[in-house]
Amino acid sequence: MQNESVVLRVEDVVKHLGGQRILDGVSLTVKKGRLKVLIGPSGAGKSTLLQCINFLLPPDEGKVFLDGREINGKSKKELLWLRQRVGMIFQDFNLFDHLTAMENVRVALIKVKKMDKRAATHRAMEELARVGLADKAGLYPAQLSGGQKQRVSVARALAMDPAVMLLDEPTSALDPELIGEVLAVIRDLADAGMTMIMATHQIGFSSSLADEFLFMEKGRIIERGAPSDLLARGSCSRTMAFCAKLSELSGEMGG
Amino acid sequence: MDGMLKALTASWEALPYILGGVWWTLGLIIGAMAVGLVLGVPLAVGQVYGTRPVRRLASLYVWLFRGVPILVQLYLFYFGILAYLSRFEVLAFLHLDSAFTAAVLVLGLTSAAYQSQIFRGAIQSLPEGQLKAARALGMTDTTAISTIILPQALRLSIPAWSNEYSILLKDSALAFVIGVLEIMSRTRSVAATTHQPLPLSILAGLIFFVLTWAGIKALKTLEAKVRMEGYSHQGSL
Repeated sequence: MQNESVVLRVEDVVKHLGGQRILDGVSLTVKKGRLKVLIGPSGAGKSTLLQCINFLLPPDEGKVFLDGREINGKSKKELLWLRQRVGMIFQDFNLFDHLTAMENVRVALIKVKKMDKRAATHRAMEELARVGLADKAGLYPAQLSGGQKQRVSVARALAMDPAVMLLDEPTSALDPELIGEVLAVIRDLADAGMTMIMATHQIGFSSSLADEFLFMEKGRIIERGAPSDLLARGSCSRTMAFCAKLSELSGEMGG
Repeated sequence: MDGMLKALTASWEALPYILGGVWWTLGLIIGAMAVGLVLGVPLAVGQVYGTRPVRRLASLYVWLFRGVPILVQLYLFYFGILAYLSRFEVLAFLHLDSAFTAAVLVLGLTSAAYQSQIFRGAIQSLPEGQLKAARALGMTDTTAISTIILPQALRLSIPAWSNEYSILLKDSALAFVIGVLEIMSRTRSVAATTHQPLPLSILAGLIFFVLTWAGIKALKTLEAKVRMEGYSHQGSL
């Protein structure tokens, strides 16, 4: 356990948006093959934190290390390197609407990794097969269901051989009956040893996979620990209270 | 009756000559649309993604060319700038000092201002996540804009762009003032010799109408051809 390598380290990240302090000194470390789960109410800064990690939103203060290398936000080359190594899954998929599923997965291989077209196509088809969508390769995003779109976006991220994946509420925009197929893909990733940070409200699902829950509120991580500890019967953790509320709500809604 | 016959004869006899102007008119529009496209796209990108000075410069351009009437520009270019440039023999040799060149430039530069607004609107209507996703994959902004943003924005621009075609078609008639032998200037010269301005104007109007119709049809075909499968822009908002 001790000599597992640290893939990603975030130190005291602060971010202001629109005059508000959205992230107020957040730190975390992710080891290879682990899954960290960010939970907490909306507006807590989960999404902002994920976007600070790959500098889609450059942090105002603090440091980000990938593979032991500190990312200097000023160096364009380093930023591009970081983003190639960090896969990102968005809540609303963000597939490129003018490209087919296969082309969505392939485009960065050609434009960023400078692979030749044939090798890139081959790789794209492999990744689509991995998420069970080889037969949808020729369809455009508008012709896919939400669950399929999200699986294509996972394939698109995987094709880049990321060292770590950031998942920003990957199932929040999905109809309930489509959530399962996406969670299954994420479970496969976890089983295959992919290093991940995921913001989610799927507490039940992630508690079986995560090695740590990070509970965020008002831009800080206010609780962290193994899911089993935080959710233990009789625990009076903030996490427990939040999760109880979530399940109560989903119970009311018949989910 | 006699007058009607005269009018028809005059129109019929003038038809080949006036139709000859269609090539000049088409040349003006195609040239102007091309100039407008080549300048309009970077102007739009500059207005959306540029640094502050770039944005300022782009919007200054737009204000300038939207604000000065085409007629005024035609005189300025033809009698001012191009007359000056014709001192250089190379340009004169290449006929780059011609009235046609001046008209293409004026119409194109003006169209660029309008076209840039069409493209800017289309770029800004794309979901913000498109650029984010492209950046997250490690694309530079240049790559993201050229491979992700513009292919979508340009497709969405085609309907508004067809409108630009019909506007340019009609603006091109102004080129007669500097003597480009397009439809309107030929119509006027025939009218002056035959004293039949009314039927000839109707004829010119019909020719313009047919050109508008044909061009817009062609652009509709293009729009259908490059359509994003299953994508409805309204539905995605």
